[in-house]
Amino acid sequence: MTDLSHIRNFSIVAHIDHGKSTLADRLIQETKTVADRDMKEQMLDAMDIERERGITIKANTVRLEYEADDGETYILNLIDTPGHVDFAYEVSRSMRAVEGSLLVVDSTQGVEAQTLANVYQAIDADHEIVPVLNKIDLPASDCDRVAEQIEDVIGIDASGAIRVSAKTGEGIHETLEAIVRDLPAPKGDRDAPLKAMLVDSWYDAYLGVIVLVRIMDGVLKKGERVRMMSNNTVHQVDRIGVFRPGMVPVDQLGPGEIGFITASIKQVRDTRVGDTITHEKKGAETPLPGFNPSVPVVFCGLFPVDSAEFEDLRDAIEKLALNDASFSFEMETSAALGFGFRCGFLGLLHLEVIRDRIEREYDIDLITTAPSVIYHVYMKDGEMIELHNPADMPDMSKVDHLEEPRIKATILVPDEFLGDVLKLCQDRRGIQLDLTYAGSRAMVVYDLPLNEVVFDFYDRLKSVTKGYASFDYQMTGYREDNLVKMQILVNDEPVDALSTMVHRDRAEMRGRAMCEKLKELIPRHMFKIPIQAAIGGKVIARETLSALRKDVTAKCYGGDATRKKKLLEKQKAGKKKMRQFGKVDIPQEAFISALKMDG
Amino acid sequence: MAEDWQESGFGIYVHWPFCTSKCPYCDFNSHVAAEIDQSRWVRAYLHEIDRYAEEVPGRVLTSVFFGGGTPSLMAPETVAAVIERIRHHWPAANDLEITLEANPGSVEAGRFRGYADAGVNRVSMGFQALNDADLKRLGRLHTVKEALAAFDIARSQFDRVSFDLIYARQDQSLADWQAELSQAVSLAIDHLSLYQLTIEAGTAFGDRYDAGKLRGLPDDDLAADMYQATQEICGEAGFEAYEVSNHAKPGAESRHNLIYWRYGDYVGIGPGAHGRLTISGQRYATETPLAPQVWLNQAEETGGESLRRALSRRDQAEEFLMMGLRLTEGLDMRRFERLAGEPLDRRALAHLEDIGMIARDGHRMRVTNAGRMVLNAVITEFLAG
Repeated sequence: MTDLSHIRNFSIVAHIDHGKSTLADRLIQETKTVADRDMKEQMLDAMDIERERGITIKANTVRLEYEADDGETYILNLIDTPGHVDFAYEVSRSMRAVEGSLLVVDSTQGVEAQTLANVYQAIDADHEIVPVLNKIDLPASDCDRVAEQIEDVIGIDASGAIRVSAKTGEGIHETLEAIVRDLPAPKGDRDAPLKAMLVDSWYDAYLGVIVLVRIMDGVLKKGERVRMMSNNTVHQVDRIGVFRPGMVPVDQLGPGEIGFITASIKQVRDTRVGDTITHEKKGAETPLPGFNPSVPVVFCGLFPVDSAEFEDLRDAIEKLALNDASFSFEMETSAALGFGFRCGFLGLLHLEVIRDRIEREYDIDLITTAPSVIYHVYMKDGEMIELHNPADMPDMSKVDHLEEPRIKATILVPDEFLGDVLKLCQDRRGIQLDLTYAGSRAMVVYDLPLNEVVFDFYDRLKSVTKGYASFDYQMTGYREDNLVKMQILVNDEPVDALSTMVHRDRAEMRGRAMCEKLKELIPRHMFKIPIQAAIGGKVIARETLSALRKDVTAKCYGGDATRKKKLLEKQKAGKKKMRQFGKVDIPQEAFISALKMDG
Repeated sequence: MAEDWQESGFGIYVHWPFCTSKCPYCDFNSHVAAEIDQSRWVRAYLHEIDRYAEEVPGRVLTSVFFGGGTPSLMAPETVAAVIERIRHHWPAANDLEITLEANPGSVEAGRFRGYADAGVNRVSMGFQALNDADLKRLGRLHTVKEALAAFDIARSQFDRVSFDLIYARQDQSLADWQAELSQAVSLAIDHLSLYQLTIEAGTAFGDRYDAGKLRGLPDDDLAADMYQATQEICGEAGFEAYEVSNHAKPGAESRHNLIYWRYGDYVGIGPGAHGRLTISGQRYATETPLAPQVWLNQAEETGGESLRRALSRRDQAEEFLMMGLRLTEGLDMRRFERLAGEPLDRRALAHLEDIGMIARDGHRMRVTNAGRMVLNAVITEFLAG
């Protein structure tokens, strides 16, 4: 157990690609926490997907022991947080467990939208903030300009910003010194009743649920019986330890310390992030202020391409959910796609990560249906229904009005692309809230409907700005709007998996775009196929896929029989990869591609 | 119990794999060789004929077909020896058809007399086009004038003469084809084969097509229009289609090809030749080595087959269906059921009938004109997954 004055707890705030993980790697190396021969890139990103995409999804923790220039040894606990907007919630709770932050800004790029979003969370959590200008080894580095920008945009003093190259190691020592010198030591009373904050938890196949804790008051020892204050469940602590970054057992954790416990807990769902853990006997009377649970905001259907794999999919989803309490699922039956699951996610990246993991780790090909948000449907009888799936939309005659979730979106973009960004936001029914400049970059703030953002907004933004824009958002609440359910009929039959909620004023345009897209995506059949978009019973857009006119083998004699039959069998196998709907075969990719708006 | 093949007859196919040059569209097993020892080839053919005669003896023979390659490069003596040996082993039907594919060049025409003497009574001539520019693009060595001269000689030597044309060629308009076809039907005696140009992988055209260098091919719609025009022009001239690409006056159909389409038994002799043979109640698919020299060596030593595969009931039924639906007469669904052990997929039948692709008349089923144009899609509906 370390004296409070010799502990520093901190997180790193940075935009994607500004070098957060590399900086964390250098800190681990400089303090000799990991032997050089065991170092690998992005030490803290455990999942393949994290390493591949260069993103951090789960918060990760490491305890560093640092002998400072003053001759004293300090314990530095770093909680590495996700940088992506979908996982903002993980950021906010991690911030509550530490007292300070390193604000890492790429000195060749400057402040980005996610830097802002995360630094404001740090400020909200009363953090001391140490600005770090990274990538000073690059020729395009411009520290003075970026320091000025930090002061202008964020409003914190950046005169003493540390200049670092996480790549070469320059400035790493100064960073460690600044952590010791500028960040506050944690407060806490070791004699008070135990109050440990449950920061995070995850499932390990060997150890069961591992709980990441920050001790606020009191001391937690191995073998003690502890109580979760939210639900009064009692567990016996069978392991206690710290991350270096591997798990290293310790006997006890005292105030200000961050570590893990295991207590034979079987499911992540049995632990509530933000909960307070105290002793079963002589425990604390009032819990720490909790945080709001993370809730899914984006929903979509996941169906196995091969319907025989439904049980495998169930198994995969249940296993993933064991470790991810923010991901929800329930069984769904679609007339078009058969059995599958309606799943809820924190955002689109979260959706993609889960989908990738199912496809990759469990080897199941998936059909993903159109992502949807939660609409509030107010019925004429006063009841309010949360609508997760457009296919479940009640009869409009019984509906009084609908509300949809809105977001406040912050976009930073070089001036030259501003016009395109404004147009994109307008096209997505955005309302401009603010437009300011920080140097040659514009910062635009828009009020946007979430449903206009969940699908391909980020892709479109990247493409119209050639990747130079950064984007972040937060949910702001619900607002009424003129929303309708648009159905797609293929060969006169509604395809439930293609139903979407759209704004009435845009329905014709969206309907036309979808019909045109589907006309390209569905192969020609032996008969002509009408493709229609309809609201209620009224058709608002229509395309006709003309019939296949010619598909016949000119020559087929005795010697060709075997080969031609193989070709036809191949054709048949190709058809099996599609979903048969009525008499029409729809390729699996159509369910998502049909929604992509090119303009 | 009678075997299935007996419904459709028995024929022998003899493959001659050599050509003077390789045409850019052709994916048949053909080779250009400097020197060919025809006496060796005769020995190999005869050896194979003897071998098959032991396996399927006594059958009444409907047809012999010399295909290629360019069989009109065979010496008449070679053809004569093969025919003689075949006739020695199998009893011939009264109207035994013996066809030889011929190049319409002047050199070949000189051998026509010899072929007729050897017993050939039908030739199928590869005209391919009726204008010299297109003949050149198709890699053909003859001219229209030579072809017409060869055609006249053939008519004087053989009872039955057919010719082939390839259409939907590069830069060919619908009107171009209509004009050319009108000329063709006025020339034709009682049979002609009209093939849409198909770009096959592994051919010179295939390579050029993949490289994006084969321009001016008709799109599907124009190709469909050309096919329809073909049916109309031929129909008016009395050359109804009896198969997807084959037209004849009543009674003048190629008996040999009918064996394939009606799913009879056939012996395949020569490199790359396929056969279907029912032996002791089991139907087999046979294949031979593609390379001429490999086949030749093997035929002389052990026998020219490289593969003999027992066809499952389902395989047989699907082959029967795939071939039978090519014919205007269609097929007897009871035969499918006997082969497969189960009837045709009822849902597929109802759907295809509903959209006008097939027509049923009692136990018979045939594709409609609309169905024939998308025959691959129709057949696919019936194939087991």
